[in-house]
Amino acid sequence: MTVDVFDLTGKIAPPEARYDVVVVGAGSAGTAAAIEAAEGGRSVLLVDENPVPPGMMGTDVPLFYGGRMTAAAANPARMVEAIFAANPLLETAFDAGVEVLLGTCAWGLYRNGPAMRTLPGAMLGLADADRAWMVGYGELVLATGARDVVLGFPGWDRPGVMGAQALYALLTRYEALSTRRVLILGSDRLALETALLARAHFIEVAGIVEIGDTVRAPAELVAHVVAAGITIHTGTVIARAEGGIDGVERAVLLRDGIEIVVAVDTICLAIGTEPATELLDASGPADAAIRLVGDCAGSGSDRAAIAAWSRAIGAVAAPETIVCQCEEVSRADLLGVQPPRYLDRPIALAARSLATLGHDGPVDPDQIKRLTRAGMGACQGRRCRTQVACILSEASGLSVNPATYRAPVRPIPLKLLADWDEVAAMAAGWDVWFGIPTQWTPYAKIGTDDEAVGGNMHV
Amino acid sequence: MSDVPAALPASAPLPASATVVVVGAGVTGLSAAWWLARSGVDVVVIDKGIVGWEASGRNGGGASHYQSPLFAEEQRLWPQMDELLGYPTEYQRERIIIQRDAALLDHYRAVGRMCSAMGYRVDDLDSAQAQAMVPLTDATCLGGIHLRFGGHANPQRTVQAYAWALQDLGGRIVQHCAATGFATAGGRVTGVETARGTIACDAVVVAAGPQAAALLAPIGIDFPVTAARAEMIVTEPAPLMPIGGVDGNGLYGRQTLRGNLAFGGGPHEWIATTGDGPEARPASPLIRSLARRVAEMFPRAAHLNVIRSWAGIVENTPDGRPILDRVGNVTVATMSGVGFGLSPASGHAIRDLVVDGECSFADIAKLGLARFADLEPDWREQRGWAAQAADTGLAA
Repeated sequence: MTVDVFDLTGKIAPPEARYDVVVVGAGSAGTAAAIEAAEGGRSVLLVDENPVPPGMMGTDVPLFYGGRMTAAAANPARMVEAIFAANPLLETAFDAGVEVLLGTCAWGLYRNGPAMRTLPGAMLGLADADRAWMVGYGELVLATGARDVVLGFPGWDRPGVMGAQALYALLTRYEALSTRRVLILGSDRLALETALLARAHFIEVAGIVEIGDTVRAPAELVAHVVAAGITIHTGTVIARAEGGIDGVERAVLLRDGIEIVVAVDTICLAIGTEPATELLDASGPADAAIRLVGDCAGSGSDRAAIAAWSRAIGAVAAPETIVCQCEEVSRADLLGVQPPRYLDRPIALAARSLATLGHDGPVDPDQIKRLTRAGMGACQGRRCRTQVACILSEASGLSVNPATYRAPVRPIPLKLLADWDEVAAMAAGWDVWFGIPTQWTPYAKIGTDDEAVGGNMHV
Repeated sequence: MSDVPAALPASAPLPASATVVVVGAGVTGLSAAWWLARSGVDVVVIDKGIVGWEASGRNGGGASHYQSPLFAEEQRLWPQMDELLGYPTEYQRERIIIQRDAALLDHYRAVGRMCSAMGYRVDDLDSAQAQAMVPLTDATCLGGIHLRFGGHANPQRTVQAYAWALQDLGGRIVQHCAATGFATAGGRVTGVETARGTIACDAVVVAAGPQAAALLAPIGIDFPVTAARAEMIVTEPAPLMPIGGVDGNGLYGRQTLRGNLAFGGGPHEWIATTGDGPEARPASPLIRSLARRVAEMFPRAAHLNVIRSWAGIVENTPDGRPILDRVGNVTVATMSGVGFGLSPASGHAIRDLVVDGECSFADIAKLGLARFADLEPDWREQRGWAAQAADTGLAA
């Protein structure tokens, strides 16, 4: 059979290492899974992206840190120490023979399936501060945890607005939180436990904000919070965050039409969490070799409660309130399905909106993503995709899914992601396009003796 | 792709009839429909999904195709498209091709001379000139060519612009409605069948990409195309270069107006598709080889983060050239993987075929189906273009 030398077959190198089990995420669930597999005699690799380089944390990778890291976050050795101190099971994993790689993220999951038959096997893309590489696995355990649902109120793009998972990580895993006084949004277990955690670390809790009339957390937990003297504002919404060059200085709350100003340097979104399943989302459905454990295996927080918060914030937000920080997309731009601000907006565009797009058929979040650029920025949609879906759902009256994730699901520098050690066939079988010489024959030459002139010249 | 819950309402009601039905809301079908609507033709476009969702909306965005008989029309139209459509396409003029390899540089210099001979100005760039024009490269760039024609646009924004411009002219688009066959009478197509009913029509345009072959076979039209997957990557934004359309080092692509570097190239994979289109559009670890070549081409941008990758499914004909032809009242079109940039002109040509029976502005006779009259049934295998079977390469 003829071989197309420009076909991908044989060009993707096999993974440079293969383990019986690869575990992504060295939290309690991932570490326990790694230990169990190693004790069962299997070869195990356990990777965790923490400590995350400080530059990455600045772009909210992987959590919504909101710029409230201390300088300690820039000291990798100290950060590694802190991680071991926070998770004693890691020592056990070492002793059990688990290969543990910290500061190593998993950015892509690749498997043969529909429309892809040429891989030499399933493989996971990893990267640390120095290089990227692929590993193979017999079983892949995803223990990637959960991330905060982020909803953008006016001023949420100021430093100091952050997520509860990020606050938890900076306090307990890194001991690197710069917050002195925090306001917490949400009243579920997550919010109240965050308040108590902050208090236990001598951070002043200026209050807890709940849009509903009742606190959502269990009574016992509420009692602890009340006993700690923490104010819970029910029937209240965050109207905006105000501040200066160092970020948030005040939160302005709204209750029954009356503004309440609370002096804080941090506003913590503890409204809900969602499973951090972007590796799988970008790759396709799970298969028998993939297992999810811990928080990433759950369904996340009550969607109705998140939707209620989104509506409440939408009621106080202005049309110009930013939804996507990276691409500076406002609510009005999103709902109008308007192009980014660096493009002209001809008159015809004023007649176009989410509503007119809806006439053409069900609203597709990826179509809106591409048209508005909301979710297309350097944070890879981590900060805004859920709220974009909430806003689109509210406006359309339909259930709109969040836009899809794409690999690499962590931002990886070109030179680091690059394969500098390709198989020889890659360069030998590389063409700009398909490598079909007749495709580029100038039309006038087709069917003449000069047909071959020009060769394969993609322009 | 994200799934939209089935409970959502279907798109607009299915029209009972139209003068022309265009099957396929890719860039070629939409442009054809827009040109037809501009001529006052009552046109309906149907698509299995949403507008521009396959390769039409996710390609390199180039608009500089010297090899095509539609080249002159492509060059004439692009600078006007934002105004003609009424919506932004992000079209930007001119292109640069740089190289780090002396033989490749010579090769592209020859391409430049050929274009110059056709009356389209191309300037040679030495290394210093190339570095001045392409600030993200460095002294490893040996030189290049500067095309004083052509350019690039944003694919998704452009397909949407066609769709909206078509609607503004009264054209109708029915999404999520795949064509399943044709109603015929007296040797002519009288309607396009879908799961939601039949749209009666006087003429049909099939611009259905890889799906066209299975659709056309039952009415006796052998339409030789086969599908493959191609991949691209995109970085976070870099400072804008004077000309964003920079190719080279085995890559095609562009710097977007936002500043992102979006580039593709390299090996493809031949795949099987169904009547509903590709089952998936996965990217592969090939993105690492793309990242390497982008880093080599733009050393001063090598620190930039790659933030996305994606794949698109495109069809190719046996010779890689378009098919633009009319059989009875059926006009068939594929641009064989090079359709985006040529779309302003291909739509015009298709409009002419449908309305006048021949292209008014260019000789396209060599793009007809007749050239495949003696094509052997195993033409895919002869070229190594057959999709691999599902059970190969699956060992973990």
